[in-house]
Amino acid sequence: MATDPLHQFRIEQIVPLHLAGHDVSFTNSSVYMVVAAVLITALLTVGTASRALVPGRLQSVAELLYEFVSGMVRDNAGAEARPYFPLVFSVFAFVLFGNMIGMIPGTFTFTSHIIVTFALAATVFVFVTVLALIRHGMHFFSFFFPSGAPIVLAPILIPIEIISYLMRPVSLSIRLFANMMAGHTMLKVFAGFTITMIGALGAVGWLAGAVPVAINVALVGFEIMVAFLQAYVFTILTCLYIRDAIELH
Amino acid sequence: MVNPRLMVWLKGLAAAAVLTVALGGTPSFAQSGEETAHATDAVEHEAGVHDEKGLPQLNTKTFASQIFWLAITFGTLYVLVAKVGLPRVGAVLDAREAKISGDLDKATQLKAETDAIVAAYEKAVAEARAGAHKLLNETAVTADAAAAKRIADVVAGLAVKQKEAEARIEGQKQTALANVRAVAAEAAAAAVAKLAGVEPDQAGVDGAVDAALKERA
Repeated sequence: MATDPLHQFRIEQIVPLHLAGHDVSFTNSSVYMVVAAVLITALLTVGTASRALVPGRLQSVAELLYEFVSGMVRDNAGAEARPYFPLVFSVFAFVLFGNMIGMIPGTFTFTSHIIVTFALAATVFVFVTVLALIRHGMHFFSFFFPSGAPIVLAPILIPIEIISYLMRPVSLSIRLFANMMAGHTMLKVFAGFTITMIGALGAVGWLAGAVPVAINVALVGFEIMVAFLQAYVFTILTCLYIRDAIELH
Repeated sequence: MVNPRLMVWLKGLAAAAVLTVALGGTPSFAQSGEETAHATDAVEHEAGVHDEKGLPQLNTKTFASQIFWLAITFGTLYVLVAKVGLPRVGAVLDAREAKISGDLDKATQLKAETDAIVAAYEKAVAEARAGAHKLLNETAVTADAAAAKRIADVVAGLAVKQKEAEARIEGQKQTALANVRAVAAEAAAAAVAKLAGVEPDQAGVDGAVDAALKERA
């Protein structure tokens, strides 16, 4: 069981809790969600505690994060999307911290669970749809027929556009979940090779087992990049959806 | 413009389908044979505690808890980020921006002031120089005129004195000449009286003296 690469994704109850007939126990997943939220808030508040004109290390990180997401919103969602900057920032920071905390051995990666990524993606999806409906009213539905396309193609195009629109939260959530899960599983599989080799080959196994460890060192670097990249992709797409909601093409 | 997007979505759909089959296959595999009884039994247990078979991600009994805590943590995070975190960082960045642009404005203003002062100083120097030149010229002209006048005065005074002196010399010369003639006549008369023993007439003596003087002159 120690080498089961899927063991790391198991949800472990910590404080059993029931609410209206549902099991809402505080689990290892919940712990790291709380940790991520606390760390992000701490970075932003403790980092700016001195409000220094010349920033220190923590303040530099806070400012960097702020300006990075701020730039992403400005460049991909447009100037009108400024009011939604806090939401985009929360999404990016939460996913990024969830992914990065998961890179620490022994932790739990809540972004490797489809239900979490789907709930986040669905939040974004509902948000941009409501936003588009509020801004454009019934005109929003023109979004499903590309302007300039021949009207005879409407029976084909409209279903495609509607399906592609509805698939947004699905692709958004599966991309993040699958990347995180695959990466973590791969690390565990390679680590398992070493343990198997040592168990089966003894002294030779100690030498041969170093190879998967070396591969894992490279993979950890790669996974850290993936952890950042997937948070970035999730956020960029959120920005683009917000832009669609504001501009409707 | 539809085709590339369509392709992306088709790929996404394909990936989703593959994943669903792949993931869906695991629990059904786990539930085969002797495990079926255990799995059915596990349904009655709490979320994720005893359900060790299959992908933990597809254990729907953990969904409620994860959504619940995601809503709480993400909701709290959003409020904290929107109301506390981002305004603080934004304020720090704005303050720096304001400070830098303020400093730049101040520097520009100070430079303008310095330029104005330098310009005023140069103007003052130029004016002073022009004034000094003018004064110098005026003074030179006045001094030249005064000098010329004094020289003329002195020259005039000298000429007058010279004339006076010449007149006085001429007068004294005439007097001296007259005295010489009288003395010469007297001496001649005395000499004649002594040598000839006759008293010469005055007119004859005077005539002889005049003739002698004329000869000498």
